[in-house]
Amino acid sequence: MTIPFLLFFVCGALAVVGAILLIAAREPVHSALALILVMVALAVLYLLLGAPFIAAVQIIVYAGAIMVLFVFVIMLLNAGVEERTDFSSIAKYVGLPLGFVLMLWAAHWLWHSEAAGAVGTTATIAAASSRDLSVELFRQYLFPFEATSILILIAILGALVLAKREE
Amino acid sequence: MLILDHLWIILALPLAGAAINGLLGKHWPQSRVNAVAIGSVTLAFVAVVELVREFSQLAPEQIPFVGNYFTWMLASPFRVDFALAVDQLTVVMLLTVSFVGMLIHIYSTGYMAHEGGYYRFFCYLNLFMFFMLTLVMATNLIVMFVGWEGVGLCSYLLIGFWFLKKSATDAGKKAFITTRIGDFGFTVGVLLVFATFQSIDFGTIFKSLAANPVSETTLTVICILLFTGAVGKSAQLPLYVWLPDAMEGPTPVSALIHAATMVTAGVYMVARMNPLFSRAPVAMLVVAIVGAVTAFYSATIGLVQTDIKKVLAYSTVSQLGYMFLACGVGSYATGIFHLMTHAFFKGLLFLAAGSVIHAMGGEQDMMKMGGLAKKIPATYWTMLIATLAIAGIPGFAGFFSKDEILEAAHSGPNANLILWLLGVAGAGLTSFYMFRLVFLTFFGAPRYDEHHVHVHESPKNMTIPLMILAFFSIFGGWFAAPHLVGGTDYFEHFLHPVFSAYAPQPAEQAAALAENPAAEGPALGLLHAVTGWPVIVAVLGLLVAWWLYIKNPEAPKRLAKSVHGLYALLLNKYYVDEIYAALIVRPLLWISTNVLWHGVDQGLIDGIVNGSAHIARLTGSRLRELQSGNTRSYAAWVLVGVVGFTVLLLALFVTGVH
Amino acid sequence: MSVIPVSYYLALSAVLFGLGVIAFVFKRNVITVFMSIELMLNAVNLAFVAFARAHNQLDGLVFVFFVIVVAAAEAAVGLALVIMLAQNRQSLSVERMDHLKL
Repeated sequence: MTIPFLLFFVCGALAVVGAILLIAAREPVHSALALILVMVALAVLYLLLGAPFIAAVQIIVYAGAIMVLFVFVIMLLNAGVEERTDFSSIAKYVGLPLGFVLMLWAAHWLWHSEAAGAVGTTATIAAASSRDLSVELFRQYLFPFEATSILILIAILGALVLAKREE
Repeated sequence: MLILDHLWIILALPLAGAAINGLLGKHWPQSRVNAVAIGSVTLAFVAVVELVREFSQLAPEQIPFVGNYFTWMLASPFRVDFALAVDQLTVVMLLTVSFVGMLIHIYSTGYMAHEGGYYRFFCYLNLFMFFMLTLVMATNLIVMFVGWEGVGLCSYLLIGFWFLKKSATDAGKKAFITTRIGDFGFTVGVLLVFATFQSIDFGTIFKSLAANPVSETTLTVICILLFTGAVGKSAQLPLYVWLPDAMEGPTPVSALIHAATMVTAGVYMVARMNPLFSRAPVAMLVVAIVGAVTAFYSATIGLVQTDIKKVLAYSTVSQLGYMFLACGVGSYATGIFHLMTHAFFKGLLFLAAGSVIHAMGGEQDMMKMGGLAKKIPATYWTMLIATLAIAGIPGFAGFFSKDEILEAAHSGPNANLILWLLGVAGAGLTSFYMFRLVFLTFFGAPRYDEHHVHVHESPKNMTIPLMILAFFSIFGGWFAAPHLVGGTDYFEHFLHPVFSAYAPQPAEQAAALAENPAAEGPALGLLHAVTGWPVIVAVLGLLVAWWLYIKNPEAPKRLAKSVHGLYALLLNKYYVDEIYAALIVRPLLWISTNVLWHGVDQGLIDGIVNGSAHIARLTGSRLRELQSGNTRSYAAWVLVGVVGFTVLLLALFVTGVH
Repeated sequence: MSVIPVSYYLALSAVLFGLGVIAFVFKRNVITVFMSIELMLNAVNLAFVAFARAHNQLDGLVFVFFVIVVAAAEAAVGLALVIMLAQNRQSLSVERMDHLKL
């Protein structure tokens, strides 16, 4: 078992565990922490896949900003209340089984798929450097990039308007 | 050839009159309405006269003269042209219809002068003339049917003219529905004609029939079906029930439509289709039997009726029976001859009756009349002339025509003694009840309160038409006097081409039939006719009526008491209306209400419509439960969708790749 | 450098996605539901990166970048909404937020 494989399985297991913890946790704060675990595990996986920039962005933005925001809001709303999960009948009898089915079936199929697998075993793979990514971003995807910035602006404004209390 | 080239003018004139009066006449003074109505009909009559003049100049090959105006329907091979034709039969019918129609229009200006809806009356009357003329001039069965239905419509409108009176509207409906039953048979007959001959044009049918024989069964069925239409329209057994009720309409309507013209459409149709009938002896026998039985049967009912118009109505049914008897034994020309003379004297009878009613201020019950002869002489004398005509007294028009019919029934080619007996008996009864009518109305002591009813003679515009018709009731038969009374038999000769052109036997035999009775010399023939049975029973009827109603006025009541059952049966018209109501009308109403209305309309159709609405609402309410606001169930549904979609995609992908 | 078959990553992504769906369906707290959405997005990101590696292209990575940015914006606005709702309804239970009910 080489290092990458070991790392993959460990981080993969961590991610899955984190997800299960998210479901199982009683308090929302615990769920948030579980999610952070998932994200960190995924960051490592990104590194394994040769995308260091993305891994960094994941940690900085996702785990570092978004999840923090989540935790802020949980604490703001004092959402520490015990919550019981009671299922709607649709969810109980259709959602859960279907979710499992989707998950496992897709997983199985993907695990044993040839197309993706064949490609992955090529030896010479270079990591995608930030430089390459940036070039790509600012040349071919310039318009979406700028649009995204406007999107963020709108989001900020929206959040401001919504959360403001009527004076 | 002004008129011949523009035959449509004859139709257009009354139609224009109807349109103008109907659309614009509501607030016009009576004089203007009169001008339009009478003007259009008079012009039509003038056109007909001119037509006859031009017709007489045509060579035999040009007859029938056809004017084809436009193709109305074309669904190959079904082709209906709006075409009008003129041949000898048409000429006779045109003259009768337009002449009598014109006189009745003039009469109506006097009779209806005090009635409301004046313009409406003349609009309908003109419209009727239009349809009747269309019927008579048609060259194919469909255009004839247009006229057929049109006169039925006008009859309905005019019977129910006083539409606020329930009995009048009921009578109108009864007329329309009863004739409809006959029309159904007629329509099926037309369909069968088309199926057999691939055409509904008279000329084409007749030529085809002469060239290629058609099975007798088919022809019999066709003829009987067409005849059912005639049974309805011409009020024979068993569809005659509407005619007595039709007396609810104004008297000029009864005169024009239910005596002179519309009811004769059936006879005209049979005469027109004579090539088919002549080749279907069974059908002819049916026609003759129906005619003879009806003639006798309705004469018996007429014996005891007390309403003056009802007597005349039953008399009309009876006389129509004679016409069909004539056609049924092969003497079509005689039937048409009687049609023409009947138009004169029956029209006159009705108009005179209308004059009597007008004089009596609306009274129609003969039992409340009496002794009017001196007070309304013009009406009295004209009515007497008409009665003499209808009774078949020698010298008057009716004698010639009725006598010839009975002669044909007795010794013609398709003679049948039983039918002849019925005819003769009917003639006797006719004479009796007609004279009974005259005696009850005009003779004896007045049976009404002379202080309340001021009997006055009718105005000139009513009496002049009476006198003109009286003239024709006398002399109308002379010019066509058959051989057997030493006449020139002009009428039969005139119509000969129509009835022999496509006759089944060779033309010589048909000609021989016309010539043969000349074996006797004229004088001998006259003697033979005058001492024949029809005259004997006519005089007998007159004598019995005189004895019962002049000599012994109390006798009728005693007679009625002694044969009380029979009397009641006749008075109630053999309870036919009641029988029809019980056997046909009530079951139909029951079926209509319970099966068709409750069952089909409410149950099935409403059920489907309401049911589909119910289902829509049900579905909606079920679907609404999806919108629970519960995001988790939304999520679950989204998941279901996603899974489904993914499976579908993958399945497609897999089957596509492998 | 990765000799791990890409399909393994895809399988993991599927598992995470499925878990996210289950969490979404079954959790009652609205914030937790949001977090499950983020979980799902992450799973998808993993798939994208894996494919980018598989085809040796950068497009997948660019897309992941944008997904992260949009997720951030969405989280901001969504949480603002949650705050409003929570103040309105005095509860964070998804079941109380049935404003969409007919």
